[in-house]
Order: sequence, then structure tokens, then C-alpha cells
Amino acid sequence: MTRIEDRDYAHPDVLVSTNWAADHLGDSTVRLVESNEDTLLYPSGHIPGAVHVDWTADLNDPIRRDYITHGGFEALMSRVGVTPDTTVVFYGDKNNWWACYAFWVFQLHGHLKAKVMDGGRIKWQKEGRPLTREVPSHAATSYHAPVRNDAPHRAFRDEVMTHVMAKGQLVDVRSPEEYTGQRLHMPDYPNEGALRGGHIPGAKSIPWARAIDPDDGAFRPAAELRKIYVEDNKLDPKNETIAYCRIGERSSHTWFALKYLLGFEKVRNYDGSWTEWGNLVNVPIEKP
Amino acid sequence: MTIGPAKLAELIDAMAVFSDPAERAVLLLGYADQFEEVPPSVANRPFPNSHQVPQCESDAYAWALKRPDGTLKLYFAVENPAGVSAKALAAILDRTLSGLRPEDIERVSPDIVEQIFRQNISMGKGLGLMSMVQAVRALAKQARSTPAQA
Repeated sequence: MTRIEDRDYAHPDVLVSTNWAADHLGDSTVRLVESNEDTLLYPSGHIPGAVHVDWTADLNDPIRRDYITHGGFEALMSRVGVTPDTTVVFYGDKNNWWACYAFWVFQLHGHLKAKVMDGGRIKWQKEGRPLTREVPSHAATSYHAPVRNDAPHRAFRDEVMTHVMAKGQLVDVRSPEEYTGQRLHMPDYPNEGALRGGHIPGAKSIPWARAIDPDDGAFRPAAELRKIYVEDNKLDPKNETIAYCRIGERSSHTWFALKYLLGFEKVRNYDGSWTEWGNLVNVPIEKP
Repeated sequence: MTIGPAKLAELIDAMAVFSDPAERAVLLLGYADQFEEVPPSVANRPFPNSHQVPQCESDAYAWALKRPDGTLKLYFAVENPAGVSAKALAAILDRTLSGLRPEDIERVSPDIVEQIFRQNISMGKGLGLMSMVQAVRALAKQARSTPAQA
């Protein structure tokens, strides 16, 4: 894969290479954050100095289906030793699904100094770079977050319905089998309870993994992404776009690619996704 | 649902003491560290598809060799470097089931995965790990009708 600066991304500064991360291991202004689906991975070995932010335990509200509150975010930042001036670099398993999800939640809370390590954990491992089981101890900080602002990044069901009625751009990033309603969940994953199969009317089927180079897990260059999203699927970067999947993790990966790599101006992630839409009463569904 | 053979039941009982996910993670990593890959005398890369565990994203393989006394010895390979959970389960299955007769191994329920991993099981891993147990059961069933190997 070419260097990030040669891939013609709209906002290349949000993506860093494994080389960049290796060069900043001792940089006190940078905090590496590992976010995985598999909770055993971080304790089994992580990039030296990296902290663990678990999607379930750290980023979700324990009661409501929502993310942590303003106060919860400040407490989390304090615990992992991050200040508003710290550059947070996310990486993780599954080609950075959960890293992008965590990045997205951080945007809701206004932590703008955030980046993603291209290729994620598997690229770091395959390059033979060091992992450690030593859990770092970073001094607690006093973090004052701005008021959480979901609006620029997150779409709720009523907004999605309005968007559907206006024939707005929607991207369904699930597998083709989920899109067509042949199955209600990802291949090899449990059924999480959607009562109906299919997709939101008008949504284009562009599985998340198309943004990734399968050889090393890195994001494809802008020209290749543009071909997939803009040329082949006729998405207009100037128009409002909503991405969704099953619970919002895969679609945060696509949200990241559209917003930062291709420069889509108004793109939001519908984290209610199919586990919400597929259970709502009397909403329109397309099923070929 | 029957947990299965005594050694496996004992191990699950012992793990039940660790309700804290972090403590359980340390325990599971301990098993993953004890994982021993299938020796070259049994199988070599590229491992045959016939021994690949279906639905397992850790790219796991399983073998069951029948000993002269009629008991089985289990072997595993886990090709995905991120397959820590698969390695932990493989080590546990080898430790608790190797040395048993095929009919005893056939009784093991895939539900042991939930009992062993609890909160440390991830959405995508659960079915793959249960599939590892199913694969071992299938190998045991197959071994019933095959001759022992010296």
C-alpha cells in the first residue's frame, strides 16, 4: 500500500501509519487506544503504552441504549490519562471496526484530536512490531469536555425516516445476504433479534470491507474509494449521507472513510441500524 | 444440559469462582499460553480443509488420534495471530478431553463455551468457539469406527 500522504485523501491527517505510531511510542502528547471486539486481545498483548477502551464497558451507557454521558466521558479520559490536547490514536481488531466506532464516539464528545492507525492491530502484528502485556499507568488528568453534540455525526430513527422520504443517500454496509434479507445477522454471528429482513428503502449495498485493501487491511487510496462510492454507486459527496449496519460498528468504519478520506460533507452514522429498523413497527422495508 | 466429563466439569467449576472479567481474562490467557500446536508428526501446513473448524474466524484446525487403548488425543492449530480465545479453548479441550474414550467426548455440549468465557466472549467469537467443540465431537464420533493408531 502506498504512503498515506500519497493516497489523495481529503483529510489525510486523521490516519497514521504503523511507522508513525512506532515513532511516537514515547510521545507524551500521543495516547494509543486499543479498541477490539475480542476482549481477550488487549490483555494478551498490546502496543507498548497503549490503553484499553472497551466498547461495551467503557463507551456504552450501562442502562440505556446510548453512549456514555458527558460526565462519563470526562471520567474515562481522566482514567486513561488524556487531556483535550492529547492526540488519541485508535487501533484494534477486525480491520479497525471498533477503533472507528470509538473514534466516532469521541467525536460525539468533541475530542477532535483523534486519529486511526491504518491497518489496525493485525498490520502491527504482521510487521513483527512489539507487543507487551504490561498495562501502562498514566497519571489521571482533569478533563473538561464540551457538551456532547450528536447532531453532526449521528442519525436517529426519525431523522432516518425523514431522510428516506426525501430520497436521501443511504449506505447499507452489511453483507449482501443481510441487505437482501436472506439472513438477519452477519455470517457466523448470532441473531441479535431483528424481526424483519431486508434494507432501508433506497439504501445502496456497499459492504464495509470494500474500503479495505485485503492484503494489509489498510484503507484503499482515494481514487479507488471514489470509484466504489461515487462512480459505481452514484453517491454525491455534497449530499447528506447516512450509513448503517447492524448496531453501528461497521458503519462507523464506512462513516470514517466517507467523511475523512473522501471528504463527504454531511455524513452521519445511524447506530440504531438494523437492530432498530428491523424491529420497528410499520416502517418501510425493501426486500428484493 | 450435561457439562461433560469430570475433568472438564471440574475446570468449569473452578473458573466459576472468577466472576470479574479481568481476572477471568488472565486465567484464559494462561490457558492460551499453554496452547501447543499440532506436531509435524500429525499434520503439516498447509493443513487440510477436512480438519478446518467451520465458522471459526481464528482459522482453527482440529485432529483426534485414537490410541491403542481406545482413548483419543486431541490436537489443534490456530492460524490467526489474533486467535487468543481459540488457543485458550484448544488448550482447555486438550487438557480435559484427551485421554477419554470417543463416546465420552461426544457428550460434551457446545454450551461449555459460554460457561468458560462468560463476559470475555465476543459476538463474533462465540459461534466459532462453539464450532470448535462441535468439530471435536464430530471427530470423536468418526473415531468410534476407526482403528487405533500406534
